[in-house]
Amino acid sequence: MEDTAVEEAEVSGAAEFAPALIAAHPHGNSVAVAIGPELRVFDLKAGSPVLLSDDCDGRSHSDAIRAICFSVSGALFASAGDDKLVKVWKTDSCRCIRTITSEKRVSAVAISNDDLYVTFADKFGVVWLVTLGEDGTEQVSVDNKPVPILGHYCSIITSMKFSPDGRFIATADRDFKIRVTLFPKNPLKGAHEIQSFCLGHTDFVSCIAFTSMSENQSFLISGGGDSTVRLWDYINGCLLDTCQVRDKMGELLEPNETDDSSLAIADICPSNDGSLVAVAIQSFTGVMLLACDVVEKKLSFLKVITMEKSYIPTSLASSFSSELLWTVMGASNMPNQASSQLLTRLRIVPCFQKDLISSNNSPAILEDSEVPHGEKFLLALQGSLDIVKQEEVLASVLAALKVSMHKMLVKKHYSEERREQRKRGRNDKKIKN
Amino acid sequence: MTRTNGASGGGGQQQQASAAGKLPRKRFYRARAHSNPLSDSHFPVPVSPDEVDLSQHYPRYFPADKGGGEEPPPPRIRFADVGCGFGGLLVGLSPLFPDTLMIGMELRDKVTEYVKERILALRASNPGQYDNISVVRTNSMKYIPNYFRKAQLTKMFFLFPDPHFKEKNHRRRVISTQLLDEYAYVMEVGGIIYTITDVEELGEWMRSCLEKHPLFEAVPDEEIKADPVVKLLSTATEESQKVARNGGQTFHAIFRRISLQEE
Repeated sequence: MEDTAVEEAEVSGAAEFAPALIAAHPHGNSVAVAIGPELRVFDLKAGSPVLLSDDCDGRSHSDAIRAICFSVSGALFASAGDDKLVKVWKTDSCRCIRTITSEKRVSAVAISNDDLYVTFADKFGVVWLVTLGEDGTEQVSVDNKPVPILGHYCSIITSMKFSPDGRFIATADRDFKIRVTLFPKNPLKGAHEIQSFCLGHTDFVSCIAFTSMSENQSFLISGGGDSTVRLWDYINGCLLDTCQVRDKMGELLEPNETDDSSLAIADICPSNDGSLVAVAIQSFTGVMLLACDVVEKKLSFLKVITMEKSYIPTSLASSFSSELLWTVMGASNMPNQASSQLLTRLRIVPCFQKDLISSNNSPAILEDSEVPHGEKFLLALQGSLDIVKQEEVLASVLAALKVSMHKMLVKKHYSEERREQRKRGRNDKKIKN
Repeated sequence: MTRTNGASGGGGQQQQASAAGKLPRKRFYRARAHSNPLSDSHFPVPVSPDEVDLSQHYPRYFPADKGGGEEPPPPRIRFADVGCGFGGLLVGLSPLFPDTLMIGMELRDKVTEYVKERILALRASNPGQYDNISVVRTNSMKYIPNYFRKAQLTKMFFLFPDPHFKEKNHRRRVISTQLLDEYAYVMEVGGIIYTITDVEELGEWMRSCLEKHPLFEAVPDEEIKADPVVKLLSTATEESQKVARNGGQTFHAIFRRISLQEE
């Protein structure tokens, strides 16, 4: 059954869809949304959309952006994607300070906590590192090409994060693995010493995040295609707890909605204090909240925040300074899209903090009139205010995104006969005949 | 889901021949010389080292009935022969280190079957011997961390690996800077990695990868000469015997896992 479904997608040559992404400035200065090749940034302090200027080497993104991130200090921002470009921006001047060309498509990007290095992972599983200048300006050193620092053997790296103390770099891949590597003082020679492997997922790992961005002990949280969220002691590679999202969703969803591939975890986002984890699930119209008890080392189901019909967030973000949980939904290359404009939909959950655990009320979602800076903000980041029109378009996104993620990350399984048949149709054999 | 519990065990399809202690015959286990290490696998892989069921591999060391009371911690696998082929090295090492558990890792299904049968036949005809060796079918370039914990291994062997001459296929070589990170992770400090090949180009490649790697240092010549294992590298395996028959040259690189020195 599954076999044929995947085959069909392959045959029809369905375009690849990239989910819309959201990132929040750590001090709450701005919010960035990436949709397709477009980067939309809104300055929350000034209350106006940001005009990004690109005065080094002019090339802007021409294909879907797959990864965006702010640095911990908030000084830098990075974006990268299918066009093999990695762009590093300065947040105060909104200027692109570096454009790096990768050999392969880029699937993840991160900036070291000291703002000195940007790392990006390509689709072959190699993590590359580029030195940024002291003050973030372009360094005119002789040898400033990307250097490979580590690799997951021929696997797609889905997520990459630096630990809060900056000592480790964690990478997750489609081969069920999370690797935690010591980030050396001189990373140009490569990061060779592996601290641990966090093994336990039984399908691709889609997202990882560190809890509590302070100097205290922190933990790693991961979500995957096996529809579990897991809590790890990443220093020792020990699995501390597993939250079976599938079971919980089974209670909440209609039986026919819970088919296998669709309950993959799309994104996770811990709150500031690390007590809460927001989880976006591929078939769920809303966000699931888990309580994360760092003393007991437990992850437990807290509640779900249901949102409007057909709103399934593709990406989540929060910042240190405010208690807002930003969620976005959207995808690039949407089918039967009338206008050339790429639409996204944003929803914001206020009070994303500890109080949520004790309060019994279902947490509110900000109405469109309540969001900071109102229409201006929504127009800048969503591309449109007309929600009704959007709903139609966005509804078509859901199915497409699922297929796309499935195609990219899930391992194909063929029956014995199918395999034989495929072997006979191998390209290298054809040439001979 | 391909991943089920445990590694594919050493028991199971025991054939008549091995029960009688007769060695399996290679002609029934013909296989291609190469296998694609990049293809997605269709065999079971343990989710983590905790799920590797050693009792299937080494029944004598893991008796079924636990007698209760204090028991010494169960032994762990210490040697890994990556790409063990027809298992000649394992058979040679077994009597040299009778108390050390060793495993061969081989990607080719039929070859793994052969080694399984060979070990069972050897155990049947030599009671009390060859209980410390076993084989598993796996892709060690992808799944090493699924089998071994950090610092678990004391020796790793890479004998006559596939040379992959073309530059675009270099990433298929079993020794590379990237993969050495993983090998260093599963090896204890002081553990030794043995590589040997009859292809000069590959020999140089393996040596330079190891020399460049900050977690390995070359083992001095006098130690190499004193090491009884080294002699087996060029005599024990089927591939090495073939090289010797043809009067070929071999190139080895033997390195020790060291702890990282941050300057």
